[in-house]
Amino acid sequence: MLLYLIRRLLTAIPTLFVIVTISFFLIRVAPGGPFNQERGLSPEIKANLEAQFGLNDPLWLQYWHYLKNLLHGNFGPSYNLPDFTVTELFREGLPISIQLGASALVLALLVGGTLGIIAALNQNRAADYAVIATATAGSTIPTFVIAPIIQLVFALSWKLLPVGGWGDGALLNKIGPVLTLALPQMAIVARLMRGSMIESLRSHHIRTARAMGLSDWSVVVKHALRGALLPIISYAGPAAAALLTGSIIVETIFAIPGVGRYFVQAALNRDYTLVMGTVVVIAIFTIIFNLIVDLLYAVVDPRVRYD
Amino acid sequence: MAETVLEVRNLRVTFRTLDGTVEAVKGIDLVVKAGETVAIVGESGSGKSQTMMAAMRLLASNGEATGAVEYRGRNLLELPKSELNKVRGAKISMIFQEPMTSLDPLYTIGNQLIEPIMRHRRLGAKDAKAEALRLLKLVHIPDPERRMGSYPHEMSGGQRQRVMIAMALANDPDVLIADEPTTALDVTIQAQILVLLAELQKKLGTAIVFITHDLGIVRRLADRVYVMRRGEVVESGPTEQIFTTPQHDYTRMLLSAEPTGRKAPPAPNAPIMLDGRNVEVTFRIGGGFLAGPPMLLRAVDRINVILKERQTIGIVGESGSGKSTLGRALLRLLPSEGRIRFEGRDISTATKDQMRPLRHEMQLVFQDPFGSLSPRMTVGQIITEGLRVHEPNLTRKERDQRAKEALREVGLDPVMRNRYPHEFSGGQRQRIAIARAMILKPKVVVLDEPTSALDRSVQKQIVELLRKLQADNDLSYLFISHDLAVVRAMADYIIVMKQGKIVEEGPTDEIFDDPREAYTQTLMAAALDATRFRAEV
Amino acid sequence: MTELADAQAAPDPEALGRSLWGDAWLRLKANKAAMFSLFYLVAMTLVCVFGPFFSPHAYTTIYPDYVRTPPSLSPYPQQEMIQGALADVTRRMRVDMKEMKQEDGRVVFTVTSTKPFDDRNLRYIDRSDTFDDARVESKSPDGLETVISAATMQKYFLFGTDNVGRDLFTRTLVAGRISLSIGLLAGLVAVTIGVVYGATAGFAGGKTDEVMMRIVDVLYSLPFIFFVIMLVVFFGRNFVLMFLAVGAVLWLDMARIVRGQALSIRRQEYVQAAEAMGVSQAGILMRHVIPNLLGPVVIYMTLLVPQVILLESFLSFLGLGVQEPMTSWGVLISAGAANIGSANWMLLYPAFFLVSTLFALNFIGDGLRDALDPKDR
Repeated sequence: MLLYLIRRLLTAIPTLFVIVTISFFLIRVAPGGPFNQERGLSPEIKANLEAQFGLNDPLWLQYWHYLKNLLHGNFGPSYNLPDFTVTELFREGLPISIQLGASALVLALLVGGTLGIIAALNQNRAADYAVIATATAGSTIPTFVIAPIIQLVFALSWKLLPVGGWGDGALLNKIGPVLTLALPQMAIVARLMRGSMIESLRSHHIRTARAMGLSDWSVVVKHALRGALLPIISYAGPAAAALLTGSIIVETIFAIPGVGRYFVQAALNRDYTLVMGTVVVIAIFTIIFNLIVDLLYAVVDPRVRYD
Repeated sequence: MAETVLEVRNLRVTFRTLDGTVEAVKGIDLVVKAGETVAIVGESGSGKSQTMMAAMRLLASNGEATGAVEYRGRNLLELPKSELNKVRGAKISMIFQEPMTSLDPLYTIGNQLIEPIMRHRRLGAKDAKAEALRLLKLVHIPDPERRMGSYPHEMSGGQRQRVMIAMALANDPDVLIADEPTTALDVTIQAQILVLLAELQKKLGTAIVFITHDLGIVRRLADRVYVMRRGEVVESGPTEQIFTTPQHDYTRMLLSAEPTGRKAPPAPNAPIMLDGRNVEVTFRIGGGFLAGPPMLLRAVDRINVILKERQTIGIVGESGSGKSTLGRALLRLLPSEGRIRFEGRDISTATKDQMRPLRHEMQLVFQDPFGSLSPRMTVGQIITEGLRVHEPNLTRKERDQRAKEALREVGLDPVMRNRYPHEFSGGQRQRIAIARAMILKPKVVVLDEPTSALDRSVQKQIVELLRKLQADNDLSYLFISHDLAVVRAMADYIIVMKQGKIVEEGPTDEIFDDPREAYTQTLMAAALDATRFRAEV
Repeated sequence: MTELADAQAAPDPEALGRSLWGDAWLRLKANKAAMFSLFYLVAMTLVCVFGPFFSPHAYTTIYPDYVRTPPSLSPYPQQEMIQGALADVTRRMRVDMKEMKQEDGRVVFTVTSTKPFDDRNLRYIDRSDTFDDARVESKSPDGLETVISAATMQKYFLFGTDNVGRDLFTRTLVAGRISLSIGLLAGLVAVTIGVVYGATAGFAGGKTDEVMMRIVDVLYSLPFIFFVIMLVVFFGRNFVLMFLAVGAVLWLDMARIVRGQALSIRRQEYVQAAEAMGVSQAGILMRHVIPNLLGPVVIYMTLLVPQVILLESFLSFLGLGVQEPMTSWGVLISAGAANIGSANWMLLYPAFFLVSTLFALNFIGDGLRDALDPKDR
């Protein structure tokens, strides 16, 4: 098992390398640069800045420098937020994004999972249809519609929540963003859980468990649910990676100082280092969570063996 | 007279489907007395399984049962769930057809055995464990202490079925319902499981309800028989009486469904059609990018086969013996080592394009009549597909004409050619598959378990059809099967395979009457020797 | 000639089979939610395509008098708006209002001025969004007091207007045209690339398959939104090109599905049977693989279109997609979210159109899946 873990981490390195390389050259090939967007910089200052950041070096040399710095954990300075290094930006924003994302993930898994189980146990009855309808709505309505509607209802009409802002992490400030993040995931988890639970309940070994007179609790929880968890686990991995690295929509609408906003801004401003930093962080999260998924698989299913 | 433990009265089972309500069981009556063995016999769709599923309240969610199923006077169909679960697994238990999937893959054997014991007998974990161990010994699982910690996927099908039996008998039930418990197993394993069931019944005095399509098993095991057809019991009575003086036409038909007749060997000077020397097939398992070297599996290991004109060679073996692989390799559908000659021409190195013109002379018929017909083509398109390759000059009209002839030849109404495969029964589909092969006027046909997925009565018709086609068209067959009764009726020469190698070969009668190798002997004994089996028990 | 003969030889219609497609259609027809969604979608498409031709407002027309006007079924202007507009006009004409009254669709008002009234000043009235056909009814002898009448223009703003005074109803429909056509266009691109790529990989098998799928894996692990943004950066504001590009990003799922299907179809016994008959690879592809692939492709396509629409809205919401004055549901929702405190209809109407369309597409997709793949029930 340990050997497997090490091998997986080692194979992650080439993946990461490929991602870094592709992204680096993609963003560099794109027209424009960090200092020639409507910023009114005089040509001299612009040339100065470009020389200072080594942007006039041949591309392969810049690439080489970037890789070297990256190996030392140095993401470089941000070009458009000149007072900060990319590392500092992440140190400030990432905890906020992780807090919101993790809360949303837990909420989605718990509530969505429960709803899915309820639906599966009442297949083709009222409760099932109610869950399906809710789930369809949840996964269909885009976040950029849910978020302003939450603002409209809870903040503007009922005045229960603040319209936005982080408020140093006050609970009330988190409710809107977390709900917005969680609702679509909840819907997807509920659907997945319903489907895999129905399939699990139909399997032959469940028939055996019933024929042996086991209690409903044992049949549903011990035997059916454990088998039904596998699809949820494989969904939750990438979903967690996406949630924890922030959401541009939620952070923009609720004015949250997370890292989700950086990506789009940085790409549009050609803030090369910040873009690359975001790509690397997302890739690392994705790799880690995929690994966790595989390990959880082995825990839940004894047929899965890594050696 | 023993007391009645289970009584089914006027049981009806209906299923709601897309095409409306289907009645699977149409008001049947049935009695099981303490300690006896009752067989419910019928072909697929007879409702025999659904009857017992309904009794155990295990019907699929779209199914509904009415009537009464009484266990010692209590109607199981009306018991509340909690009461029902005191009967299920304790007083009445059940084993199923699918040993590979009937155990929970995520828990150890020990865990699954202990659970019903603790639940029904209120034993502590330690006592329950001891009890589980005793049960594993009872069903002759080797090394039971270690097996307690094994997962189902680490065991063979036969062992899993033994574990199922141990679980079912854990609480010393009055009735054990066995739903085709041996159908999915190889013949030698089947025999072992049947011996085990008989032995346990003798020891424990449990009544057994045996659901099966196999009349051989019924004759060996059952005291009384119910014959079911299309949801109704058409005949019932003591086993001897059913077998010696059947009253109903359907029973008589079932009894005579075993294929009969023997095939005469071809003339000694008949030309050799297919000649395989040292045929060897190796599969690579796993391996590739970053995964290390692949595992090599020799599925067919240096085998010689000579097939003469009008000859039928039966290739017999259990699952995994490599018999299907051999058949495909001989047709050059799989890459293989060794030399293969077809009508004297060496085809062992022929490319796909070089093989193409020969393809119509060597055909293949598959086991599964559902998977081997393309679901989106009409029957006419399916059977004439080969003509597009081998006789591309035919007009549409001519092709249609040939399709009609081919369908008539296999005993189907040519009007059917515009329908789709899913509108036909299994037997009809197998006829279509045969028509597809025959329309090309082949010389050699490999028949890969062509009757195994079919009911006995249908099997017999297909065997007769194949024999007639052979006689009419001077065909040579390679008949691959695990079903010795069918092989005996079809083949004049037999090759017995095990793990990729030939164990024994010879003329059919010699192999059946005087098998020399121990493996062949067990195979024959397991499949055919009913009387010896009775004596054993 | 042969066809004629065939027609004559054709057996009675009863012998005609019901194909799997026929079966699927019957099952789909029985699915009320899917059928209703289908009608809804068709109606939505027709309204979006033809509706703007019948609307009295162009989607670009700006009515400065009607900024953020709430939706209403009755016509504008309302009473107080007439007075407001009139005050506005008189100020521009540098005259003072003395009295006014309204009679059958016209306002008649008397103005006084310090200089004799210049008739050319009437153009200020006609220029306003509220009035039309202004004329001088009578003048006092000294020309300092003038009676003017003007027709009030009746306008309907069923969905209200946006924050510069454009009719939201027309804009929502025009936006629908864009969103729907982008969904279809990018969906088609994605499906085409995905099917070709996936089928090639699945059909070629072996090393080719391994390499091709490895490429897909790498593309998968790139942050999706990064990819999209890069494409936006490359293709600039040309929205057709851009959505071809978006389609080119969304093909990954399709490729995986098609490859998996192609692999499993290749293992089917009916394909082996065709190989045993010597049917060529092309024949197997045409007669066996493609017809059996069609089901999953159709299902995935109906589920892909809402994804694309969503993606377009998302990009437009971020200001990266469709540019003003052209509009799409995402652009409208973005504006709506920004004005949520003062004009919530700007969010609610486009959001309803978008969400209900997505709903309908999802129901159709689910319905198709149930119909084509009934074992999933």
